[in-house]
Formats: sequence, structure tokens, C-alpha cells
Amino acid sequence: MDVTTYGWLILLFPLAGSILIALGYRALPGKAAAVIGTSAIGLSFLAAVGALLKLQDMPEESRQVTGVLYDYASTVGVDAEMSILVDPLSILMACIVAGVSTLIHLYSLSYMWSDKGYTRFFSYLNFFVFSMLLLVLAGNFMLLIVGWAFVGAASYLLISFWYRRTTATTAGIKAFVINVVGDIGLVLGTYFIFKHTGTLDFLKTFAEAEETFGPQSGNNGDLTAGLILLLVGAFAKSAQVPFHTWLPDAMEGPTPVSALIHAATMVTAGVYLIARMHPLFDIAPSAADVAAIVGAITLLVAGTIGLAATDLKRVIAYSTMSQIGYMIMGVGAGAYVASLFHLMTHAFFKALLFMAAGSLIAAMAGQQNLDRMGGFRKAMPFTFGCFVIGGLALAGVPPFSGFFSKDEILLIVGDRGGWYLGLYVVGYIGAFLTAVYTWRMIFRAFFGAPCPEAKELEGGHVHHAEVHTNPANGEVEDTDVGFPGAEHHIAEHSLPMRVAMGTLAVLAIVGGFIQIPKLNHWLDDFLHPVFADTKVEQLSKNDGLLFFGLALGTVLALAGIALAYKLWVTSPALPGRIRERFAPLHKLFANKWYFDELIDLVVVRPVAWLGRFGRQTFERVVVGATLVGGTTALVKASSAAVRALQSGYLRAYAALLFAGVAAVVLYFLLQA
Amino acid sequence: MSIGWYLAVSALIFSIGAGGVLVRRNPLVILLCLELMLNAANLALIAFARMHGNEEGHIFAITVMVVAACEVCIGLGLIVAMYRRRLPIDVDEMRELQG
Amino acid sequence: MAEVLFFIAGIGAVAGAVGTVGLRNPFYSVLALVFHLLCLAALFLLLNAEFVAAAQVVVYAGAVMVLYVFVVAYVGGSQAQLGPAVSPRMRLASGAVALFLFIELAIVFLGSGLKAIDSEGAPYEAGFGSPAAIGDLLLGDFLVPFEIASFLLLIAAVGAVTLARRRGGLAEDSDVVTPLDLVRRPTGTGTMAEAVGGRGAPHGAGTDPAGRDDTASTSGDTRETDGEA
Repeated sequence: MDVTTYGWLILLFPLAGSILIALGYRALPGKAAAVIGTSAIGLSFLAAVGALLKLQDMPEESRQVTGVLYDYASTVGVDAEMSILVDPLSILMACIVAGVSTLIHLYSLSYMWSDKGYTRFFSYLNFFVFSMLLLVLAGNFMLLIVGWAFVGAASYLLISFWYRRTTATTAGIKAFVINVVGDIGLVLGTYFIFKHTGTLDFLKTFAEAEETFGPQSGNNGDLTAGLILLLVGAFAKSAQVPFHTWLPDAMEGPTPVSALIHAATMVTAGVYLIARMHPLFDIAPSAADVAAIVGAITLLVAGTIGLAATDLKRVIAYSTMSQIGYMIMGVGAGAYVASLFHLMTHAFFKALLFMAAGSLIAAMAGQQNLDRMGGFRKAMPFTFGCFVIGGLALAGVPPFSGFFSKDEILLIVGDRGGWYLGLYVVGYIGAFLTAVYTWRMIFRAFFGAPCPEAKELEGGHVHHAEVHTNPANGEVEDTDVGFPGAEHHIAEHSLPMRVAMGTLAVLAIVGGFIQIPKLNHWLDDFLHPVFADTKVEQLSKNDGLLFFGLALGTVLALAGIALAYKLWVTSPALPGRIRERFAPLHKLFANKWYFDELIDLVVVRPVAWLGRFGRQTFERVVVGATLVGGTTALVKASSAAVRALQSGYLRAYAALLFAGVAAVVLYFLLQA
Repeated sequence: MSIGWYLAVSALIFSIGAGGVLVRRNPLVILLCLELMLNAANLALIAFARMHGNEEGHIFAITVMVVAACEVCIGLGLIVAMYRRRLPIDVDEMRELQG
Repeated sequence: MAEVLFFIAGIGAVAGAVGTVGLRNPFYSVLALVFHLLCLAALFLLLNAEFVAAAQVVVYAGAVMVLYVFVVAYVGGSQAQLGPAVSPRMRLASGAVALFLFIELAIVFLGSGLKAIDSEGAPYEAGFGSPAAIGDLLLGDFLVPFEIASFLLLIAAVGAVTLARRRGGLAEDSDVVTPLDLVRRPTGTGTMAEAVGGRGAPHGAGTDPAGRDDTASTSGDTRETDGEA
């Protein structure tokens, strides 16, 4: 089979699965939907692996293949084709997406079992995977935009999955609106690039990028503007400051959704986009710098908010934001391979953490508040183990996967010198914060005195609340639609969940071994055909910085964990004192740096005011009174005038007739 | 006698008829005035026929007479019907179709 | 001789016309019209239109005018003035329109530049305007218009009978009768009078207050319009 055939198969399976499940909504019995969904994604993963192997058989310089299914529109100046680009980058992403998705489908198979929307959930989930793979495999800008928008739509559907929850629906709308802002940026950015290249195809664009957009061409400014617009799209999708506010709210969705979309796949689309566009970013370094700086800001902001957040899933969400900040910073600074490496390991350990969190939340009967948790260590040993592995990987403790990938990003950033050293420092501060808040979460949930739910679980019974309430606002909720349904599923009692989490746990441990400094660089070799042309060296030769970074990373991670242990296990009174001591700072962090309020003030209120003005003033005065009223008044006035002629007096009509005849005759007389 | 004189008489009769239509209110008299106007036209037609030495104008005049007869028929029928219904025989009173 | 006859006949025709318009009594108006028609027939004769002149006398002055006389006699010849009299201003305006029309027509006819207008017309040929010549034309070149005219007459006759015939006795049971009753459809089928809500509105249509209000306001509008008119 041709390598592009594999590519089309990757797309075909999730789409077919989604359609099959959606159409068979009423007919599918029991867990059939989940089985179909899981196997569809599994087949897609196998196709991705097949494509990967096939790609390795090909000569290195011809490992970028565009497969065209058909021409969508091919006219003068537009070449919109249904085409996919199969190369190591897209196949790596496809493997990650399909692989993690398979495990999450497996997890959902039991986790979502008691939900009324079981079938709907898998249909959505397959649709999401299809969209994400479309985005990843897209061979031109058009298909990229389509995939990008589909992903946003799928995200909306899944965040609002429990549609009886007002918080869920508003969160879905928020995510969708911000994503659409990003979509607009993407479309406009594409236009800026397309205007000069005249082609939508990626490879053709890249081939003529230097010529069209080089510093001598005079189009460099347009390229920078276009790339910054593309970055708006990337930031919105990847939850970077200031477009990040939707991500924490997106935790209203079911936990597998959080694991899949808002940790492992969708939010990494921005990273992928920048990596995909690297030939353009290489030409417009100022746009790349914007990405790097925004990534650094995001990782710091998210880390600080994570310290103050009390909602279990939101803590993980902020850590996701922060990790994506690393990746964006990395791709912005030219560390493409390292960022994709981190993207991969992050997908493993973050999905693992979310799955474990889902298990924990199930044990808490839907409660997500860290303040109410405690002492689950004995009750949930498997979940605890997963949390620990995920936490160690996230914090960057050797030899877990996060350690290698994060340090590689920071190494290359630091190696570039100059002001990049500032980013380097920020990265390490962020690493320390990551260790602290991750382990704060773990210690608070699993150590200390067991909470009632933990005790109940130790007795062998999963807690069920008498009245289900929405953890976000305390509303009593409809158990027909909405977590936790009738039953709760925890990893300890469910084999599919354990399989999925166990696989990810293993990957989170060993995932980093594919690229150990000085030892091997498999990933770099694999991706080399894609990034061969970039100017930034993908493997640092600066040994001193390398070993310093590794050591510093290890020390900071361990110090962070130790600090967290000290604060939340050995001396539980200390955090309260610190909170009082730095009250304003805590308030700032707990209120998420007031980004929501800022957006509300800067964007929402003016727009709402404009809408009110339009509705109340403009609509009433201009449209209602002047246009509509004026038209009717005009018609009324003219019809009144005509009506006055219709007096009903026969002789008046006759007089008019004669006058008309006389006038006509007079006219002709004067003409003659 | 030159043709112009006949035409002048025709124009005069036509104008008198038109004025009558405008002034009178009795539908019966209005019908009579219409007859005047039609006859004025007939006179002009005959005069032109004479001028050209062509009898087709006579045919036209006869046709006009037929039309006038029809009109009288219907008009008088309406007047009779109005009378039967005890309606005022006055065109100014019949203005149901006003706007 | 011809000039004398022309002036006698022409003055007679104009005088008959003036009498038709000016006489108060419709009966006299009809008689004046008969006189006018006879004078006109004389003028036709002067124009060598013997057949038309004969038709004028026989059909018009004879048959049609008899119809008029009958109707006037039936309706009542001395019909008193009904509403307020026509205002002098209106009369004057009508006269002005008529006068203006006459002047225009005179200019058109006499100023047309037709050379023959000042002549006595084409040279006389024997048989011009004779029944034979007219008959030839009517049954030859103008057969189709001739047949159509005969159909028109038939239709008019049927129409007149339909309009004037007695329908189930006099409509004394209804208080308000309008000309529209002649062609009235069943109520509620959307006649113009119903739509306007004026005097022609069917009885009982305004039983609901809203409809009544509507009707009232429409009538109000109507009155205003009348004032403007």
C-alpha cells in the first residue's frame, strides 16, 4: 500500500465510526457504541503505525508525500484540493492522537457506562478524533482550516456534553467563541500568505517561501503579519495568554474529554501548527519571538494560578496550559523536535493524570474540590500510583519522560543565548512551580486524614451522594444527563480503565527514553526530513549547558516536591499562614490574574454595550423609526394622495379624463 | 362648402357634449351628452370620408352608431335597474368606489 | 344653396346640442337631441353620405331616441334636483375645460395643414355613399367588423335585459341598497364595498366590537378624504 493510502485510512476509520455510531444511535445495544468507537480509533492507530513503518522504508529526502484524493476547486490562482500531507511530523502527531485516543476510548468504555448519553458520547469522541487527524494530516491550508474548525466544534459538543448543566453549556459557548476568534485569525493569516504565494498547498508554499517572503522580497512584513494572525489561531486553540480562559472552564466536560481534548490532543494543535509552518517562521523571526514570549508568559501565569486553584481538574488544566506554554515557547525559539518530544510525553502523562483524576472524582461522587479530599492513598492504590507516576513525569523527575523532554526544550532555548536566556530562567521557575502545585494536588488528595468518601471506599463501597449537585455551583442536577449518572466507575474496580491507565503509566515512564541526551536521538532522526532546513540546531552541542540544565531540572523538581511535602503533609498550618502573609498575591492567583474580568471589561462589555445600543437605539431610531416607519409613512402619504383622487365622483373622473386628453393634445400641438 | 366648416361644427358639438358630461348630474342626460360626442365624431368621420372620396369613413361611422346603440342599451338598462331599486338618479350619489 | 343648407343645418345641430346640455328637463333634452340628430343627418346628406344619413334618421333619431323617451317617461322626466346644486365654480371650470378642448380641436383640425380641408373634398363620383357602395364594403372588406358589431349588439341586448329585469320583486325589505346590489355576491366574499366598510357593508358584519371600530375609523378617513376632494 502507498503511504498516502495509509493516511486516508487513518482518517477513514474515525469518520466511519462516528457516522456508524450516530446513525445507529437507537439500534446499538449496550456497549456496542464504545466497542465500535474504540476499535475504529484503534484501527486508525494501526494505520498510523503502518504509515510510519512505510515512511521509514522510503529514502530520507522523499519522506514528504502529498496525497490528493480529488480537486476541490482548481481555478486560476486557487488550488483547493482534498489533499493530505504524509510526512514524519504528521504521522508522529497522528500516532500520538490516535494512540492516546484509543486508550481514552477504552477508559471511557467503562467510565461513562452509566451515562445516558453513552452512545452520543462515543459518536462525538470519534468525530473529534477524525477532526483532529484531519487537522494533523491536512496537506493544504484549506483542509487545515476545516480540521481546525471541526476540532473547535467537536470541543464545543464535548464540553457541553452534559447539556442540562448551565455551567457546562456556558463553558462550551465560551470555548467555542474563543476558538472562533482563533479561527478567524487562522483564516486571515492564511490569506496573508496565500495572497503572495498563490497556492494553498503546504509543500509548494514552503518551497517558494524563501523566494516570496525573504528579506529582499519586500513581503516579509506581510508574512510577519500573517504569521501573527496564525499565532492568534494557535493561541486560541492551545489556550495561551490571553486566549486561555476557556480551558479551565472546559473542565465542565466529562473527564475523558478533558484527558483527550484538553490535555493530549486538541490543545497541542497550536504547537503542531507552528512546527508545521516552521519554514515560514524561520523567515519571519519576529513572529516566532512573539510565540516564544507568549509561551513563556503563559507557563508562568498558569503555574501561579495552579498554586491557588482548589478544583482538582482545574489544577491539572492549569498545568496543561503551563506545559503547552513550554511547547509554544520551544517552537517559537526553534526547538521543534524538542517541543514535539514534549508534546508526546505530555500527552502520555497528562492523559494519565486526567484519567486518574477521573477515577478520584468518581470515588468522590462527582466532587472535584481538593479541600474536601484527603487520604485516598490506601483506598485507591492504583489511582494513587498513576498519580505519582504522572506527577513525577510532570514535575520532571528523572528518569520519567517529562524530565527529558522539558529539559531539552529549555536547553535549546538557553543555547540560543541573548534574551532567550530570560525565557530559560522563566522556564526553570515554571518547572519549580509545576513540581509544587502538582504535588500539592497529590498530597492533598492522597495524604492526610482520610475523608468520609475515602473511608467508605476502604470499606469496599464507592460513595454515592444522595443528591447530586453540580460541583461548580452547587445546583442540584439532573442525573439523567450529567455526571456521575447512576453508577460511578473507579479504576480499582474496572479492568478497561486499569488497562488504559496502566499503558499510559508505562509510556509516561519510558516515553522519554527515545531521546536521551548523549545516548540516542531517535526522534530527531525520525523528524529530520521535516526539520532539515531549519536554521536552529535541533540537538544542542553545548555540553556544559546540557549537564547544568539536567542537574538544575532535577534539583528544582525534587525541591518542589519536597516543599510541597513540607507545606501540605508535615506542617499543614503553614500554607494558611503563607496565604495570609501574601494575601494580595494569593488573591491575584486565586482569581486567575483577573483575566476573565479583563476580557469582560475590554471585549465583552463594549460589545454588549454596542449590542444594546444597536438594539435599543439604532434599531429603534434608525431602523424602526426612520427606515421602516419612513417607508410606511411614505406609502401612506402617497396612497392618501392617490386615494384623494378616487373621490367616487363620476364627473370628477370625467373631468380628469378630459383634462388629460386636453393636456396630451396640447403637448402634441406644442411639439408640432 | 369647405370641409373645414364641417370639422369646426364637429369640434364645437364635441366640446358641448364634453361640457355637458361635466356639468349634468342626471345619468340620463350624461348619456345624451355622450351621444352628442359620438355624433360629433361621426360628423368628423363623414367629413373626412368626403374629403378623401373614400367610403370607409362611412363604415366607421356606422360602427360607431352600433357601439353607441349598445352603450345606450346598457346605460338605460342600468338606469332602469337603479330606479327599480329606489336609488337616487344622480351620479354624485353613486360613489361607492371612492378610495 | 349648399352654403345655406349647411348653415341652417349646422346652426340647428349646435343649437340642439346646447339644448341637450342646457335644458333642465330630461325629456326636453331628449327632444333637443332628436332635433340635433336630424340636423346632423342633413349635414351628412350635404357630405354625400346618403346611407349614413338615412341610418341616422331611422335608427338613431327613430329607434334609439324612442328608447330614451320611454326610459325618461318611466323614470320620471321632471326629476327634481337631488343633492345640493352644482356650484357655479364647478360649472365654470367645466365650461373652461370644454372651451379649452374646443379651441384645441379647432386648432388641430384647421391648423393641420391638410390642403383638402379648404376644398369641397374629392370630386363627386356617382354612387358615393349610396347603400350599394356601403353594402359592398360591409359585406366585402369589412365583413369581420360587421359580424363583430352584430355580436356586440346581441351581447348588449342580453346585458340590458339582465340588468333591467325584475328579480324577485322590489327589494323593499332591505333598508340600504346600493348600485353594488345589482351585482352583489353573497356577503363575506370580499366585495369592494365590504372592504371599504362604507355604506355597502353587509348588515351584521360589524357584530364584533373590533370590527365595528375598524369600520368606524375607515369611514372617518373616508370623510376626510371627501373634504380634501
